Amino acid sequence: MNLFRTALFLAKKDLYSELKTKQILTTQIIFAGLVIVVFSFAFDPANNTTRAVIPGVIWVIIVFAGILGLNRSFISEQRNDTMQGLLVAPMEAASIYLGKFLANFTMMLVVEIVSIPFLFLLFDFKFFGSLPYFLLVVFLGSFGFIAIGTFLAALAANSKSSEMLLPLLLFPITTPILIGVVQATKIILMNMEKISSAIAWIQLVTAYDLIFFVVCFLLIDYVLEV
Amino acid sequence: MMIEIKKLTKQADNKLILRGVDLSIKKGETVAILGPNGAGKSTLLKVLASLIKPTSGQVLMNGLELRKNQILIKKLLGYLPHSSLLYDHYSPLENLVFFGNIYGVKAVEQKARTLVKDVGLSFFLNEPVKNFSRGMIQRIAIARAIIHDPEILLLDEPHTGLDQRAIAILNNVILSMKEKGTTTLMVTHDFKQAAEICDRIIIVKNGKIVDDFRIQNDNLSFVTEKYELQVEGVS
Repeated sequence: MNLFRTALFLAKKDLYSELKTKQILTTQIIFAGLVIVVFSFAFDPANNTTRAVIPGVIWVIIVFAGILGLNRSFISEQRNDTMQGLLVAPMEAASIYLGKFLANFTMMLVVEIVSIPFLFLLFDFKFFGSLPYFLLVVFLGSFGFIAIGTFLAALAANSKSSEMLLPLLLFPITTPILIGVVQATKIILMNMEKISSAIAWIQLVTAYDLIFFVVCFLLIDYVLEV
Repeated sequence: MMIEIKKLTKQADNKLILRGVDLSIKKGETVAILGPNGAGKSTLLKVLASLIKPTSGQVLMNGLELRKNQILIKKLLGYLPHSSLLYDHYSPLENLVFFGNIYGVKAVEQKARTLVKDVGLSFFLNEPVKNFSRGMIQRIAIARAIIHDPEILLLDEPHTGLDQRAIAILNNVILSMKEKGTTTLMVTHDFKQAAEICDRIIIVKNGKIVDDFRIQNDNLSFVTEKYELQVEGVS
């Protein structure tokens, strides 16, 4: 119980910090807005083929806005060595991981809640697919991406060029998740007849999420040593 | 014994930083660790704070083995390193409440307010720490280290950069904690403060304890003499 209690305190601290400084979330939302505006100029919303771009744009926003947040997640703990403050406190390393994951995931969800409706609006997209399936895919994809990303951000934080290292480590490992969720999103938004195929992708992503979340949870102890 | 260290070594990048440290500290003792730069003083403190893992040897705290009982031991420890370990954009109250919550302190807000008052900064209770001077930050850092009433205090050069008032506050904190039975281990270069508040001095050189003696009556010249004899080879 202590593990979850301290993780919640840490997540609350990070979110409250964000509320005060507005550094990460603002950057993420501005980035998402820019992507949507640029794509809406590049592709004519009146053209039917434009619909095919939307699943890709959704995941471009999640991936790149996510990296902006992940990069700062552990680097912010280097100022005044606050990470040492967490490591000397009676909390497991897994608790630090869980707290950071919860904060990053919450911020990612906020970005999605703001940006996805804005994307649909600017692309004049009429949603005929299954909303619960769509929300499930977005949730699972974001969960896996942030779970792995939080772990790798902790790993990369000790490097001098962590901002370059994180994407280099993150993209190969999260590629199966990204392929799965882009495919599933495409089917759910455009071709509901093939829903069984989307479900197969969802199952793959769920299994991948669970395996990597548990692995990251167990290995974080070795990553967070000073 | 509150702290018992046996044959402790720490190797980093093929360099032996600690070379077989043996040390026993009783409950309630205030011990200063003196030594030249690079002697391994801060590394010893970091091993005790379980921030770095030792290469070999055994560390017992309050009878508990460090490697096997990390969470229990961390509850006993108050650690104050060179850095403040404070969040810049948080106020003293917010910082103390956050760390107090992590340590499971009851009535944490009231405790935090009392501590901020004790270190003489109650007027700045809700100001962000980033606007504070070095001395003010150190005072809040001291409050952070003792928010959970630790049984063992590990202080790494706590007097550095402090004005006279802050030094007096810090010394009062250490002495009042001592009255409550807290064991204090303090790495310092400030012989005057060490002689004033400590009852035992340990001199570390090249990763080994080269002298270990008790002092009485703030005998600064005795400490200086011993240090010069061991470290600088002057008799």
